[in-house]
Amino acid sequence: MESERDDGRSPSQLRPLSCARNVLHRSHGSASWSQGDTKVLAAVYGPKAGTKKNENPEKACIEVIWKPKTGQIGKQEKEFEMILKRTLQSICILTLNPNTTTSIIIQVVNDDGALLVCAINAACAALIDAGIPLKHLAVAICCCLAEGGYVILDPTKLEEQKMRGFAYLVFPNSIVSVLPKGSSHVEG
Amino acid sequence: MGLPDASGDLSSEMEVDAFRRLFPLRYFERHLSESIRPDARPLGRARDTTLALGAVASAHGSALAKIGSTTMLAAIKMEVMTPSTESPDEGSIAIDFHMPPICSPIVRPGRPAEAAPVISKQLSDTISSSGMINLKELSLVSGKAAWMAYLDIYCLDADGALFDAALLSAVAAFSHLQIPIVSLNDDGKIELISEEDDGAKLEVEPVNKEKRKLTLSSIPFSLTCILHKNYILADPTAEEESIMETAVTVVLDSSSRLVSFYKPGGPVLAHTSAVQDCVALTRQRVKELQNILDETLSGMEID
Repeated sequence: MESERDDGRSPSQLRPLSCARNVLHRSHGSASWSQGDTKVLAAVYGPKAGTKKNENPEKACIEVIWKPKTGQIGKQEKEFEMILKRTLQSICILTLNPNTTTSIIIQVVNDDGALLVCAINAACAALIDAGIPLKHLAVAICCCLAEGGYVILDPTKLEEQKMRGFAYLVFPNSIVSVLPKGSSHVEG
Repeated sequence: MGLPDASGDLSSEMEVDAFRRLFPLRYFERHLSESIRPDARPLGRARDTTLALGAVASAHGSALAKIGSTTMLAAIKMEVMTPSTESPDEGSIAIDFHMPPICSPIVRPGRPAEAAPVISKQLSDTISSSGMINLKELSLVSGKAAWMAYLDIYCLDADGALFDAALLSAVAAFSHLQIPIVSLNDDGKIELISEEDDGAKLEVEPVNKEKRKLTLSSIPFSLTCILHKNYILADPTAEEESIMETAVTVVLDSSSRLVSFYKPGGPVLAHTSAVQDCVALTRQRVKELQNILDETLSGMEID
């Protein structure tokens, strides 16, 4: 089905991506990732000695701290933190540095849609920059189900508000397989 | 790493409890290879589920849901509020999920559990996107007054599949909800009519005589499954969740349409067949839960 998007993209066209590594001097690894006007800065500190309470000390612990553009973190950000933590746990080799904690700090610079996937991509780039051992990379994409039943990729904030359902998908880059991850909410 | 391999030989000599504690994964895998779980369930079977309505007498609607030993208490309090200018003829719902220290050794007093705000957000997303509640039904006087429904869910015992139990208790509480009678007084303000003097003075005309129950359309039900190697375990206990970390939560509504599919990370990759199997298991579970809810509701009407 035809669907002219506000910015003239075709339904499956992404916004221009850009990535810069090693943008912060004090962190062990950092990256900024932008998709159009959505921009996220990620910093990695660690591995530091010791794990938090309730974590398995035989494995490395991943800690994600989400900083919104303004204000305090709410339920939405807590959910993002949890999804990001679980996703990163699945790509890191946790048994290599047992009883250590790696902190990933996500700072939102600007939110113009597809924020969670932008944060996952930024975190993955920052982990590479920090030299944390990974099984494989994770690449994330957001697709939306629009009112007319057609699917668009990488929505902007304005498009997100008009959509009926969302799917956030994370894929590993090594194995060729289809795997829905993260959350999706499909209405009707 | 000779240790995990050595456990295979030890299993015949060691006591079962010791083996379970020392090699939990091996212990579970030995069961799974026989297509049975330590609590004698087949892999795809959910635990026994019970529902009780009206557990909190002071609330306008309440329910107690138990899935195995996971226990959730949900209660709804209705308050009159002024609707927002964007949606003058709609009420609203505020959902909060609490995990007090009583529910699990993981939760420590003074520090809120990490999982609580996440489940809270998932619940409000699910309930709003399933379209179960028509917010227009919560309107009293357009632009002037509407109902605000405060739904609070307390986890009393956290033994796995928290979201499933919380959603079930929320749905049951909404179906038990009895909206209080209100009237317009002379100043044009809404005031509550208490049940006792309802018969005494009937000169005030109630605003919402007919609308005391919400019509719930397309009720969402959910099932959480654990993926481990090629096995799919429906409705995991807390022990199973801590040992095998990949969880998939599928929410379907009563006409089997997909509301939400949720798989946050985890070491196991979900292939297409596993996703289909999870949805098929959920479809069965939705029928079971629908029956349990219907039976509980009809049981209440007889009383």
